[in-house]
This record gives sequence, structure tokens and C-alpha cells, in this order.
Amino acid sequence: MLRVSDIKKTFNPGTVNEKKALRGVSIDLNDGDFVTVIGGNGAGKSTFLNALAGVWPVDTGSIVLDGVDVTALSEYKRAKYLGRVFQDPMNGTAADMEIIENMALAARRGKRRSCFRWGVTKSEKEHFKNALATLNLGLEDRLTAKVGLLSGGQRQALTLLMATLQKPKLLLLDEHTAALDPKTAAKVLETTDRIVSENHLTTLMVTHNMHDAIVHGNRLIMMNEGKIIFDISGEEKAGLTIEDLLQKFEEVSGEEFTSDKAILS
Amino acid sequence: MASFLGMLPGDIAQGLIWGIMALGVFMTFKLLNFPDMTVDGTFATGGAVTVMLILSGVPVPVALLIAFAAGIGAGLITGFLHTVFGIPDILAGILTQFALYSINLHIMGGANKALSVDNFHVIVSLRYIPKTIITAIIFDVCVMILMYIYFGTEQGSAIRATGSNPHMSLAQGINTGAMKVIALALSNGLVALSGGLIAQYQGFSDINMGRGSIVIGLAAVIIGDVIGNALFGKKMNFMLRMGFVVAGAIIYYLIYGVVLWFKVPSEDMKLISSVIVAVFMAVPYLKEKAAHPYRSSNKEVK
Repeated sequence: MLRVSDIKKTFNPGTVNEKKALRGVSIDLNDGDFVTVIGGNGAGKSTFLNALAGVWPVDTGSIVLDGVDVTALSEYKRAKYLGRVFQDPMNGTAADMEIIENMALAARRGKRRSCFRWGVTKSEKEHFKNALATLNLGLEDRLTAKVGLLSGGQRQALTLLMATLQKPKLLLLDEHTAALDPKTAAKVLETTDRIVSENHLTTLMVTHNMHDAIVHGNRLIMMNEGKIIFDISGEEKAGLTIEDLLQKFEEVSGEEFTSDKAILS
Repeated sequence: MASFLGMLPGDIAQGLIWGIMALGVFMTFKLLNFPDMTVDGTFATGGAVTVMLILSGVPVPVALLIAFAAGIGAGLITGFLHTVFGIPDILAGILTQFALYSINLHIMGGANKALSVDNFHVIVSLRYIPKTIITAIIFDVCVMILMYIYFGTEQGSAIRATGSNPHMSLAQGINTGAMKVIALALSNGLVALSGGLIAQYQGFSDINMGRGSIVIGLAAVIIGDVIGNALFGKKMNFMLRMGFVVAGAIIYYLIYGVVLWFKVPSEDMKLISSVIVAVFMAVPYLKEKAAHPYRSSNKEVK
């Protein structure tokens, strides 16, 4: 489904702020893979997801999605194939617009936006209502409420739903529960699992939480210094413990795992 | 008092015509979240184009349509300067506005051009204020209806999304650069249209007629916003918001009339306009701050 070949990215090359963020990342994802991505601070997890999303062009390497080489496509063109949820709940939705308007925008992802068709049609309304009802947040009764009025958890759940209104070839979740309180985070993760399995979505989920990384998905990758240093799936992954992961990290990288957030959570 | 009341209809007429301009500013400033400085130049371009065309015998509606197109052209240039060449939003507008000064001089072949209401069939004029008010209301209502429809379409929604959250818009596959260019073009089209009407109203176009018009447009948008929110609060819908923008323009001209009535010299009007805008922009901010102040702790620090 996704074939990433040796992508590299250096920020601010040739300056004192030079940062080799991705030093050759390669990975093959099968259709329906749900991959959790962990790593220390500055390991390149978010950078990797941004590279896939096309936030900026990569220096070298290629990204092929379901047979389409998207390496040269700009962010908005690539959006056609991708569903994305961000760490900051403010980022995924338009606060000044209604819930239903946000959904309608998402339902048209990757399509030409004409000035001769309505932004929201009557026929989609029912569909959106039903979709919102599956979130169990009561949002189906607040279709015309401005998204800015929703809580962080509600906004993340809505963003998740929006990402899948048009089935994406790849779902990118960039620490989408990190800004939420534990209870809400657990709920959003539950929703994530349900949506991913119902739609059989190929997914990459960055997380700081090792427990979540082990419990969710069928495959786990660990990144360090812009590279994937550990890739485990299936039975082996299911039997992992946090201790195993920490040990593995020290073994492969030769240093201690440096994310307080990951260890404490 | 009598002289003030006598001025009233004229102020309302001007406010209504400026309302079209304010709707253009509303489009960029509020919906697109883009402070567009082009309008100072575009307003005069609209006046210049309209007057020159009418003088050369072109029917008024056609002249206004061409002025609208000229405004679109100016907006496109600012849009391209910003999106294609990466020039910051405010500077892109200032560059176009500055360039338009020369272009406007070329269009008029001088600093101003008279358009006599006696010799030409202008559609608005300070000589026929009741007729002007009706015509201006028709223009405002038509523009509001068209904007209401347009911003309900897929493209209009995409423009609003771009203004509300560019990050999200890109992730939803919206070409945010294109949306900015389209909105800037349409906005400046309206501004030029308004300039074309004002030139007819006052009977001449002038190289300086647009100077500071961004401030007047902003004043209308912000006055309308503050009053609309005070009266309707959460019940404000899109149509009402636009209605209050036009109302804001009228209120601005009424304030203008009152200030003049107090015998304030007209050269001080720009100073007063800036103060009005600054005050109306500061009020919501200070109110918000007052609601959530820093509090000094009760304990003494030793």
C-alpha cells in the first residue's frame, strides 16, 4: 500500500541550525497495516509523517502510495489520498465554521471545489448526522454549532471522522491524543481503533505512550535520529512489554531512551 | 441642528455606497483573514476607469462592469505577489497600491477628472439624493445576496476555510493559494465598483479619492461587528453580518457628519477616522482582557 524508499530531509542545510531530521527512512506497509510509531524527542517521528503528508518536499527518496508516486505532489494535492489528525486539536478543524460545514469540506477532499455546487447539500446532511452519531458525543444534534465551541477531545474525534469520510489510502495520526486528558485520550483512541478496523485503513500513528504503542495496531516501529531502528509486527509485537522496548532501544541505539513523557505515561 | 439634519440624507447615501467597499474589505479582512492594503489604490482605479469611460460615451453600467474588472485585475496582482512570489500579505497590498497611483494618473491623464451630472446620465449623484439612496440600496442588496450565495458554494466554503485554518485547509486538499487569489480579486472588484459609484456621486474622480479607504472600510466592518454582536450575539448569521457591515459604513458617515457639524476642520477627518477604528478595534480586545485579568496573589512575597 505504502512504499517509502530511503527518504532524507535536512533542515537549514549549511547553517549552524542544520538538522538532519530524516537520514534515510524506508518502509513497506501492507494494506490494512496499523503501525504505531515511537521514539525519543527529536527522533523524527513527526517529521516522517510530515514528509509523507508533503508539508515540504523531501531531499531524496520516493514515496509511493498504492502504486502512485506522490513524492512530487504538493501538500494539498497529496491530501486526496491522506487522512490526517494532528496533535493540536485546533489544527484539524476550522473553528469559525459549523460542524456540518467542516464535514462537508472533508467530504470533498481531493475534489475540485466548484462555485456552481453548494458547499453543503441536503442529501449529505443525513449521512453526516449518522456518521456523527457513531462518535457517541451528541454532536449529531449540534450540526450547525461552530467547531470552536467544542472541547479538544470532541474536536479530535470530529477530525478523525472527517479524515475518513472519504476513505483515505493512508491515515496519519500525529500524537493525536497527546494534548488530551487521559480519560479523553483513551476515548479518542477507542474511536480510532474502531474507525481504523471498520474501514480497514492503513494507518501510521505516532505516540509518546509506549503502552498505547504496544496495545494498538498490528505493527510497531521505533525511530531514533531520523532512522527506523526497530520494526516488529504480528505475534512478536503482541507479546511486547514496555521493558522490552526500553531495552531494545538501548541495545540498538546505544543510549538511554530520552523521553520523560514516554516513560512516565 | 437644521444643517446637520440637512446633511443626513447625503451621509446615508455615501454610507450606502461605501458599504459596497466595506463588503469587499469584509471579504478579505474577516473571511480570508488577509489585511489587504490594495484597496486604497483600487478605489481610485474604480473611480478613474468609470469616469474616463463615461466621458468617452460608454454606458454607465458597462463602465461600472469594466471598473469591476479593473479591480479584479488589481486584486489578482496582489494575490500573485503574495502566493507566487512569497511577499508578505501587507507588503504585497502596499506594493500594488503604490503602483496603482501611477496607473491611475495614466488612466485619467492627470490628477483628477470632472464628470458633470448635467451632461451625463450618471446613476448616483449628490444632486439627486433620494434616487441615489434607492440605487445604492439596490446595489448593496444585490452584492449581499450574491456574496451569500457564493460563500455557500464549495469554492466559497473553501475560501472561508482558508481564512479560518490554512493548516486544516491544506490537509483537506484545498489549494489555499488559489483561494486567496480568488478572494482578493473579488474583493478588489467590489472596491473598484464602489469607487466608480462614489466618483459619479461626487461628480469627479481624483487621484487621492482612495487614500485611507482601507481605514474607512475597516471602520465599517468593525463598527458593524461590534454593534451586530451587541444586538444579536450568537444569533448573528452570515446575511446579518453583511447587513451590519453596510450599517457600519452608514454609521461611519453619520459620525463623520456629526464631527463636521461640530465645525471640526475636514483635514482632521483622517485623524479622527484612525481614532475611531483604533477605539472600535481595542474595545473587544480590552473587554476580553478585563474578563481574564492577571491577578496579584494574596500572599506577600518575602
